[in-house]
Amino acid sequence: MSNNIRKNSGPVKWILIGICALFLTVMLILPLIYVLFTAFEKGIRVFWNAVTDTYALKAIQLTLEVTAISVVVNTVFGIFASWCITRFQFKGKKILSAFIDLPLTVSPIIAGLIYVLTFGRQSVLYPFLQGAGIKIIFAVPGIVLATIFVTFPFISREVIPVLNAQGTDEEEAAALMGASGFTIFREITFPHIKWALLYGVVLCTARAMGEFGAVSVLSGHLRGKTNTMPLYIELLYQGYDFTGAFAVSAILVLMAVIILIVRSIVEQMGKKEGE
Amino acid sequence: MKEKKRKKKRVIPGFGLSLGVTLTMLGFIVLIPLGSLIVFSAQLSFRDFIETVTRPRVLSSYLVSFQTALIAALIDAVMGTLIAFVLVRYDFPGKKIMNGLIELPFALPTAVAGIALTHLTTTNGWIGSFFHKFGIEIAYTRIGITVALVFIGIPFVVRAVQPVLEKLDIQYEEAAHILGANGRQTMFGVIFPEIFPALIGGFTMSFARGLGEYGSVVFIAGNTPYETEIAPLMIMSELQEFDYASATSVALVMLLAAFVILLINAVVQGRTSKIVNGIG
Repeated sequence: MSNNIRKNSGPVKWILIGICALFLTVMLILPLIYVLFTAFEKGIRVFWNAVTDTYALKAIQLTLEVTAISVVVNTVFGIFASWCITRFQFKGKKILSAFIDLPLTVSPIIAGLIYVLTFGRQSVLYPFLQGAGIKIIFAVPGIVLATIFVTFPFISREVIPVLNAQGTDEEEAAALMGASGFTIFREITFPHIKWALLYGVVLCTARAMGEFGAVSVLSGHLRGKTNTMPLYIELLYQGYDFTGAFAVSAILVLMAVIILIVRSIVEQMGKKEGE
Repeated sequence: MKEKKRKKKRVIPGFGLSLGVTLTMLGFIVLIPLGSLIVFSAQLSFRDFIETVTRPRVLSSYLVSFQTALIAALIDAVMGTLIAFVLVRYDFPGKKIMNGLIELPFALPTAVAGIALTHLTTTNGWIGSFFHKFGIEIAYTRIGITVALVFIGIPFVVRAVQPVLEKLDIQYEEAAHILGANGRQTMFGVIFPEIFPALIGGFTMSFARGLGEYGSVVFIAGNTPYETEIAPLMIMSELQEFDYASATSVALVMLLAAFVILLINAVVQGRTSKIVNGIG
């Protein structure tokens, strides 16, 4: 179809591809290779010792827990929010969507700051929390809250466009025939959104796992208690333990590569079904 | 049609429940914390606020953040558009891998990207040693910050422009070609106006993200006051001294900047969609 255009730009085509390939290799692939190279530079034994260190294992465990909670919370929110926004007309809908997307544009540091202001020493809630013995700031609940905040719109943003494109006719028909809300969701809506939902979950997992700024504000940086993997990496790095820092980083690189592969698979499955 | 729908009774169940859950969660996670920022800043005296945000060190951190984020977003806009164009229009071996790689900055934790880029660009790093020969230092300078922000922002532009290019009918380009337009004329006369709103969208997202980015930048920046100290780092160091008033003041200015950027984007998007709707 477009052969005549492509033929005419033969050398241009390869020059452009070359520029892009060079840019992406230097900017994206080289850092990946460097992390893996440095992690294993001093042998697999050093790597293994670094990642099976008690504090490293604790950090891995905390990261997995925080990620799991954030993904579950945001999935529930994402489904309800996209159902609400795409299936009904109501006043203030635009404002509601704007507020949902707000965390995307707030700096992670500010995300941490607002929780410090809400639950910290100068807050009106502080005496009450203190009395009840609840610790949020510089403790795990704060880390979880901050992670939920930075990934808040990730799932609804993927699901809403799909639901909008699909329209409401099928659900209306089902409702008129007497199907309950849950049945409609399970039988009609869910099959349409499953790939978009999964895609959102993948993105949410990636960001939750790697969040640094917001978590850094709210964590008390207590080794083995409130250090997630990225914070633990910072700690090692600042202590000039570069091998250790890159060894723990290598795990995150591996997880990132897995996430990218899953992402492409999910995207292709979604496209195939859309056709 | 919209009018009709509004008058019609809601047939699909679950409005109350879904709105309730959405508002409750939004309230707890976003609105109450943001509200406490507003409540707290209302207690600040205006003079203290101005004094805090006009301290030379704070002003220079704003400048560093603004400058590096802007340059990085411009580089992202150019390279991102080029990558999107190459991915949509050409077939070549390794295209799928290239396409899958674009999201890497979303998937890779920023701290990992930060330490890797830092080590690569120090004077004895793999990339840094090459540029060192020409007297260019990357790590621990503003160039380093810009490199980290280019890394963070690239997927925003590619993923904004790519779908628009995919939808753009190649017949327009062929028509332009038949009418005697050369490659450059086609690029700037036919393709560019079509992708412009998407490009602005991607550019503003990567700019806004760059302004607030912390994880990848703190390692590569070196954090020298007045030279390579970014605004989020100012907030961070004030928080570590438990000076919440100063931290909030600096944050308010940054939030304002982010909203202005988003507003500009909304205006551009609104205007273009009006033009498109007017024709169609």
